[in-house]
Amino acid sequence: MAVPAFAAPLAAGFADPVHDAQRSFAAVMRAMAEPGLAVPLASDLDPPAPLSREAAACALALLDYETPVFLDAALSAAPAVAAFLRFHTGAPVVDDPAAARFALIADGAALPDFGAFAQGEPDYPDRSATLIVQVQELGAGALVLAGPGIKGHRGFSAAPLPADLPARLAANRALYPLGIDLILTAQGPDGLGAVMGLPRSVKPVMED
Amino acid sequence: MNAPATAPASSMPAITYNFAYLDEQTKRMIRRAILKAIAIPGYQVPFASREMPMPYGWGTGGVQVTAAILGADDVLKVIDQGSDDTTNAVAIRTFFETTAGVATTTRTQDATIIQTRHRIPEAELKAGQTIVFQVPIPEPLRFLEPRETETRRLHGLADYGLMQVKLYEDIARHGHIATTYAYPVKVEDRYVMDPSPIPKFDNPKMNDSPALQLFGAGREKRIYAIPPYTQVVSLDFEDHPFKVQAFKEPCALCGATGVYLDEVILDDKGGRMFVCSDTDHCATRQAEGHTGTMSAPYAAQPGPLTPSPSPARGEGGNPTGIPSPLVGEGGSRPSRETGEGFATGESGEAR
Ligand SMILES: [Zn+2]
Repeated sequence: MAVPAFAAPLAAGFADPVHDAQRSFAAVMRAMAEPGLAVPLASDLDPPAPLSREAAACALALLDYETPVFLDAALSAAPAVAAFLRFHTGAPVVDDPAAARFALIADGAALPDFGAFAQGEPDYPDRSATLIVQVQELGAGALVLAGPGIKGHRGFSAAPLPADLPARLAANRALYPLGIDLILTAQGPDGLGAVMGLPRSVKPVMED
Repeated sequence: MNAPATAPASSMPAITYNFAYLDEQTKRMIRRAILKAIAIPGYQVPFASREMPMPYGWGTGGVQVTAAILGADDVLKVIDQGSDDTTNAVAIRTFFETTAGVATTTRTQDATIIQTRHRIPEAELKAGQTIVFQVPIPEPLRFLEPRETETRRLHGLADYGLMQVKLYEDIARHGHIATTYAYPVKVEDRYVMDPSPIPKFDNPKMNDSPALQLFGAGREKRIYAIPPYTQVVSLDFEDHPFKVQAFKEPCALCGATGVYLDEVILDDKGGRMFVCSDTDHCATRQAEGHTGTMSAPYAAQPGPLTPSPSPARGEGGNPTGIPSPLVGEGGSRPSRETGEGFATGESGEAR
């Protein structure tokens, strides 16, 4: 909770903590239950840059003192982000990605290797990391998925993300039931953003 | 809608609750467990179950899951063995009306969240709906292996030989698989899962459902999930394929076939009828003009009939020894009170 004395005043948390947290969670739950679908997520948060209001809404809905959180280089470079998260969630910010229950990634193009994060254990596959990744765009597209939550196939697009994302998802799926889970967030106009789930259960459908 | 709900001063001391009773930290913990459960369909996620202001037998696991997902705009339906009107269903519905102020309904198609004990509605669930099951014993391997460390290891290895042996012993003893409730399923060809004590009649509804299915076990502190459009297969053998219960006659009130029927005792002279277990389904069909063999004497009554809960409903079993309405089950109709039942002395319910 220690806020550096030189820090600017902290940005506010949820205006309506109970219902804003529920609405944010409900969007994430739907997103995880229907992978590859861009689910609307409204947020009026104004977190310190480069943390997006949608990623901040996910973080405030899910993080607390029980969930060590890892910040990528872009977020770590802005101390106000860690201060915001510590103040509003109480989550310990950790340097070791393997110790994190959640990771916040502002630079989707520099998405870290999934192997750096907790993958779960055979008897407890839930003891694995969830990565909340900010991107610019989310929607329907050419990356095709199958698996639980998807009737047949679903095509999605998300950018910017590494070009080898399908291969990374396939490698993550190969570890099933171990693996990490992804929540992608995108900022939309007027606070109307979106969230998309890519749980470990998704199977990228490769061309060729 | 931001204000905490307040209990009526007339019925209890003025207590203010957080929305949907649970504190926000508990909700977050349950929400995180739900997300992992969805990511690993059929796997039992441990969670720190809280004391709820009701006994464990009343479905505290399902209540906690519902409390964690419920929003101010949700419309909640609560059923117990298909009925909206049993003590258990009424108590839970009232609990959420009081603590969350949410709208409630008995109509399956109007609900966004359906909390259930022992049934899946007959009406096909829709995309966007969530059904929350109350689970007494979440571990399908528990009666074969009492040690939690060992059942976890078996799930980790996907070693389900014990379960196959148990089902095969059924066949050796009875000539068919005798399990009719909590019939085990395999989810996405990976985890064997207990579907909660629903009749196996309902098992096929879990497969490829458009709705999200969440399971909460309060006493055993487990949450698990089946996302929409997920493969759920009832365990069986090539020479003994899975079959659902079939009924000899249609519903006596609405004439429905292909639905799950309950026996209702009409008088103390052995009079009885078999009616839809799903009271909303039955009432909807009657409102549409469908009739059954017992409809005529009631024709003068206004509005659709729903069978009033009799001691034979919700109190389980077949105490009269009257032959079961089921065919092909050797007449066995085990008690539905498999674990998570009413507290004893709860008859005279549903005032
Ligand atoms: Zn009927």
